[in-house]
Amino acid sequence: MSVNADWKPRIVAFCCNWCSYAGADLAGSSRLAYPADVKIIREPCSCRVNPMFILKAFERGADGVILCGCHPGDCHYSTGNYYTRRRMALLFSMLDYIGVERGRTRVEWVSAAEGAKFSRVMNDFVAQIRELGENVKVGDLRCKE
Amino acid sequence: MQPGVVFAQDYQYMCSEAGQNIIKDAIKTHGLTGVVVCSCSPRMHEATFRKAAAQAGLNPFMVEIANIREHCSWIHKDKEEGTEKACVLMRAAVAKVTLNAPLKAGESKVVKRALVIGGGIAGIQTALDIADAGFPVDIVEKNATIGGRMAQLDKTFPTLDCSSCILTPKMVEAKANENIRLITYAEVEEVSGFVGSFKAKIRKKARFVKEDVCTGCGVCMSKCPSKKGLNEFNMGLNNRSAIYIPFAQAIPNVAVIDKEQCIKLKTGKCGLCQKVCTAGAIDYTQQDEFIEEEYGAIVMATGFRPIDASKFDEYSYSTCKDVVTSLELERIMNAAGPTGGVLLRPSDGKHPHSIVFIQCVGSRDVSGRGKPYCSKICCMYTAKHAMLIRDKYPDVEVHVFYIDVRTPGKNFDEFYRRAAEQYDVDYIKGQVGKVYEENGQLVVRGVDLISNEQIVLNADMVVLATAIEPDPTARKVANMLTASIDTNDFITEAHPKLRPVESPTAGIFLSGVCQGPKDIPETVSQAGAAASKVIGLLAKDKLTTNPCVAHSDELLCNGCSCCEKVCPYSAISYETKLINDHGVKETRRVAMVNEALCQGCGACTVVCPSGAMDLKGFSNKQIMAEVDAICL
Repeated sequence: MSVNADWKPRIVAFCCNWCSYAGADLAGSSRLAYPADVKIIREPCSCRVNPMFILKAFERGADGVILCGCHPGDCHYSTGNYYTRRRMALLFSMLDYIGVERGRTRVEWVSAAEGAKFSRVMNDFVAQIRELGENVKVGDLRCKE
Repeated sequence: MQPGVVFAQDYQYMCSEAGQNIIKDAIKTHGLTGVVVCSCSPRMHEATFRKAAAQAGLNPFMVEIANIREHCSWIHKDKEEGTEKACVLMRAAVAKVTLNAPLKAGESKVVKRALVIGGGIAGIQTALDIADAGFPVDIVEKNATIGGRMAQLDKTFPTLDCSSCILTPKMVEAKANENIRLITYAEVEEVSGFVGSFKAKIRKKARFVKEDVCTGCGVCMSKCPSKKGLNEFNMGLNNRSAIYIPFAQAIPNVAVIDKEQCIKLKTGKCGLCQKVCTAGAIDYTQQDEFIEEEYGAIVMATGFRPIDASKFDEYSYSTCKDVVTSLELERIMNAAGPTGGVLLRPSDGKHPHSIVFIQCVGSRDVSGRGKPYCSKICCMYTAKHAMLIRDKYPDVEVHVFYIDVRTPGKNFDEFYRRAAEQYDVDYIKGQVGKVYEENGQLVVRGVDLISNEQIVLNADMVVLATAIEPDPTARKVANMLTASIDTNDFITEAHPKLRPVESPTAGIFLSGVCQGPKDIPETVSQAGAAASKVIGLLAKDKLTTNPCVAHSDELLCNGCSCCEKVCPYSAISYETKLINDHGVKETRRVAMVNEALCQGCGACTVVCPSGAMDLKGFSNKQIMAEVDAICL
């Protein structure tokens, strides 16, 4: 699909501070590699991720956005990740409707002890984005030049 | 250089004193309003760099970290790609820090009293250590006596000490210590508040016996005509009276009436115990009482129970009386137990000649019926049981089926080898497929994995080393305390290696098996560690609060209540006040965040339809700027 040979996927990963960010740290200290295309933004909780942030990323040309939080029932704030789960189910289907394929968005639960899972998830997600190829920037079609 | 950046320098050990001095000097020389440190994870050194900034006169929250070690250099083999990514991470941190606002940490009080939930050896030891440091502590125990599981054990491995001989002096000490208040036969019903200032509501269940009047003489127990209650202390192997003292060394040594069994409470007739009680301690009208108290710190020491062996049909636990669990055997072998310490099989009270032990019943079981984890203590207590039986009754044949024998502990392997070599306990590597009764005889069918042969053994008794699981109250208590809990219902530590006795929720500490399977010495060490953390907290007069909390812009807020509904800490309330909206004065209902209660999760910021709610330190603008910088 991609025509640009130099294309490298731009992937934004939102990670909650308590589980997934620590899981990413563990992946790092365990030297469990994943592609450098993944850039992590630290959040206090996955429920802090406003759908606006994700839309903004796709508007700016992100090729994939992944949200990582604590496992259901393990949220540091008790219930935050339940909101994330419901909210993202809606948002992702809406994004799919407007043309951002379902494969470009994902929610994963990664605990602070799951460095290996973090690395596996990121490898898998990047491979999936590479398969889908370069994304079309989400913009207002009425403003097309 | 990125817009806004006026000074950049690299140094190998930024966290060292020399590195910190570079930051401090740069802040002073260039009048910096923000600092980005490209280094290891903020989870490691954010506090270090914030402190350095503060020492140079910059607000500590004007510091951001770009994690270029754990998230970059350590995982990306390609140097060029890694460097490119490090630049992006730095760019995002710079974009964020230019939008940072100085934040001021608030202060909150510390109530100098601790609550320990659970009165087993973990809870007792934690309370004793806290009390010895001079702080008052309450132990809330759901049963009528403290002592927990350890009180039920006969001997302890690997020393073969008598369990109650080493436990009961501690129980007496807890009772005698003037800084400790024992609240037995009670459960914590509600907890609110936060570190330094928790409020708990404790339900003290009606004993129907006045605790301060009862002398523990036991006359009521001998006269009570209702003797059909199952004796919980003896794992239901015998019966007890409706009014009872759980065991001889119970603390407090006070009777309690089982209202399900008491004839007086059920039918209104009887009242014998009241007649024979010379102290006048019986009160059939007693009601549950509530105690409300404030605490600076809370320790969870809720302990464990053995899992229900009847889930494993293949061992015929529910159908054959002579198939018992290890804890039941513990009571059978105890001098204060149902058989007076004589090894007799439960079905007919005869002396057994052959006993088969089955290990890992429900442990290391990924089928979903049992527990995926190793219960840690079973190999050792099975070796203990086998050894004690062979020592006292050399005529009894003892076989042990095991998957692995795990003996990591001081003198543990020596202990196991003594059982196998000196006491001739027959250890068989393999699993048991079925236990059944045939012509009044227990038959055990299993496999010996070393000879690769099927084994059929006749047994007079079968003992199941059942897995241990967190006490069923653990989840409820954890939810009340907003302490995170794992899928096995063990409480999660703040850091599995570096903060093993703290919950990620500030002010909540972990003691004993509620955190993970452990034996008595490990429990006691962890209890002491939890106590030292509590003492460290209670010794402070004030705590600084996390300033990264939610904040509502009252000009934008329309008072819709969406934020209040998602707040897990009830930190949001509403106030009707006069708002001056660009010269237009209007009385409106607006959200107010209690900064002492808010923990800064940000749930409210996303549900706010008008965008009034934002999170300090992780504001919408800051995160958008990071997204922008990454997708540039």
